[in-house]
Amino acid sequence: MTANAPTTTNDQLPVGYDVPEIRRKSGRMLVTAATTALAVIVLFQTLYSAGASPYGFENWRPVMYAYILWGICVGAGQVMMHGEAGHRALFLLPALLFTIALVIFPTFFGLYIAFTDWNLSAFDPPKFNGWANLKSLMADAYYWNALLNMIYYVLAVGAQYTIAFGLALLLNADIKARKFFRVAFLLPFMLSPVAVSWMIGKSLMEYRFGPISTLARLFGWDNPAFFTTPWIARASIMVMDAWVSIPFIMILLLAGLQALPKEIIEAAKVDGATAWQSFWQITFPLMLPVSVTAVILRIIFELKLADIVINVTSGGPGGATDTVSSFIFREYRDRANVGYGTMLAEFYLVIIIIFVTLLLKLVSGRMRKMT
Amino acid sequence: MMKHNLGRILIYSILILWAFISLFPIYWTFSTSFKTAVNVTQGHLLPWLDFRPDWKGWRSLGLSPDTIFETSTVREEFLKRFANSLIASIGGSLLAVAIGSLAAYGLSRFEYKFAIWRNKDISFFFLSQLILPPVVLAMPFLVLYKELALLDSRVGLILIYALTVLPIVIWIMRDQFDTIPIELEQAAMVDGCSIWGAFLRIVLPIALPGMVAAFILSVILCWNEYFFAALLTSTTAKTLPVMVASQTGSQGIAWWSMAALSTAAIAPLILIGVFLEKYIVKGLTAGAVK
Repeated sequence: MTANAPTTTNDQLPVGYDVPEIRRKSGRMLVTAATTALAVIVLFQTLYSAGASPYGFENWRPVMYAYILWGICVGAGQVMMHGEAGHRALFLLPALLFTIALVIFPTFFGLYIAFTDWNLSAFDPPKFNGWANLKSLMADAYYWNALLNMIYYVLAVGAQYTIAFGLALLLNADIKARKFFRVAFLLPFMLSPVAVSWMIGKSLMEYRFGPISTLARLFGWDNPAFFTTPWIARASIMVMDAWVSIPFIMILLLAGLQALPKEIIEAAKVDGATAWQSFWQITFPLMLPVSVTAVILRIIFELKLADIVINVTSGGPGGATDTVSSFIFREYRDRANVGYGTMLAEFYLVIIIIFVTLLLKLVSGRMRKMT
Repeated sequence: MMKHNLGRILIYSILILWAFISLFPIYWTFSTSFKTAVNVTQGHLLPWLDFRPDWKGWRSLGLSPDTIFETSTVREEFLKRFANSLIASIGGSLLAVAIGSLAAYGLSRFEYKFAIWRNKDISFFFLSQLILPPVVLAMPFLVLYKELALLDSRVGLILIYALTVLPIVIWIMRDQFDTIPIELEQAAMVDGCSIWGAFLRIVLPIALPGMVAAFILSVILCWNEYFFAALLTSTTAKTLPVMVASQTGSQGIAWWSMAALSTAAIAPLILIGVFLEKYIVKGLTAGAVK
């Protein structure tokens, strides 16, 4: 987001009429009534599902409808109470209510699950078990191993960035068929990681017949097993991830290069600077804000890396390629260990919030304003 | 002059090398869907020159010329998954673009104050959702959807997909609205337009290319989504990536059928990439570069 965007104050758009008292009152009544109704329905259903009351709905779906209705009433109430300002709030309310409903509830509910002993395959209801999950987390070598892997994967973004910068420079040079190269370079980004898992991981890199294995044998590697030794397996996952992700960084950098003022680079050329000098002394510093933005975005997405690992190696060999997400995915799907898995996820969330906050602090002022 | 030519040769060889790296896996998948077992094991690459194309892979999907008019359970399954993916990704993207554009317009034009929250905080709240990894939401959503009877339903997928792409849509659209001069709306409002009238009649048509870009990028992200679909759907609402993933392990050396399935799953994306590249680039670079 830009810092020099046209900022608007309330004065710039004509302010509407004063709201008559009677409208304001009925607006307030509408919101109060809707809120009360929603609270009653929630209470009603809570009592029913807790077994304290014989009446209730079969599931919580009606409560969802009630929430939507409540949202509409609040919107209408805003308009009635605040007139023009209410109309303005109406722009923001749908997205805000939607996000709050779908994020706030799961986050808090997740915190509750994280402190329970709950296995879906055991049919027992969740049982509060205090810090036990956290204690087993501390002792879980596989989880810490997955966290360590995340560091390697995040560091690999540096290599992705270097390659992407090189490609962006080439695409920005005076070349023919630029459109073709741009589309070709972008395509890997569009493909689903699941399809890529098969296309590259399971067939191109397949031990017996995969073309990449054949090529490796040609170059004298007799035993091209890409997923059996830890470091080679990790590197193979990184290569696949890079194949999908490099276009993203490249497109951002290319747009940055195209926005650079041409005169400065021309002037450097006239002054007799070599290409190497003008890159390091002019282009690279000017590109720093775009670079930092691209790398930060990539790191944020990298922290969610899961699909490729789940589908190609399932974390193997011996957890060498596991990401936190793929590890928790197996905890859920194979062991149905909901309570513990959620604790792992919440712990990870805390770590990445701290990490990303520190990262943003570190580079603040060096990147484009995000908000 | 000699040196100059050498440089150009170098540039073009790197460009061609990378184009090969980008395109070969796609070509490989496409061509493998026309191979038989012998061609796979012997590593043949060029159709007609070193192998004879065969409909084997497509026949296993029920999509080859000789099977397309016969009933095929695999094809029905595939089409169902394809439709699910289409509905979930388009529905989720439409919802996200609708409410995201409204919010982005509000954040770009007005000053909000909800208790201690101001525009900056609200924007940050939306953007911060990007950091949230799917694993954190997965289990609570499983429980929530179970209670709401939304498990294994397309509506459930639409809601969660809209949630995941909403920050990106708001990011792109705020950038779009920021570039539209506010004088346009001021003039319209002096002429008696309401805020909403000015937005719908004046601003929206100008911001349409941005909305298309946000929509296309959202569709791509949702179409490829695997994590939530794998956990939250089972029989009715299962999407294409889940189907591809479930076939991956079971096929063994039957590469032709996996290749046909993968080709069919990525074909829509390739078409979007080739024909709508402009919009994807526009969406990706919004806000990051000025």
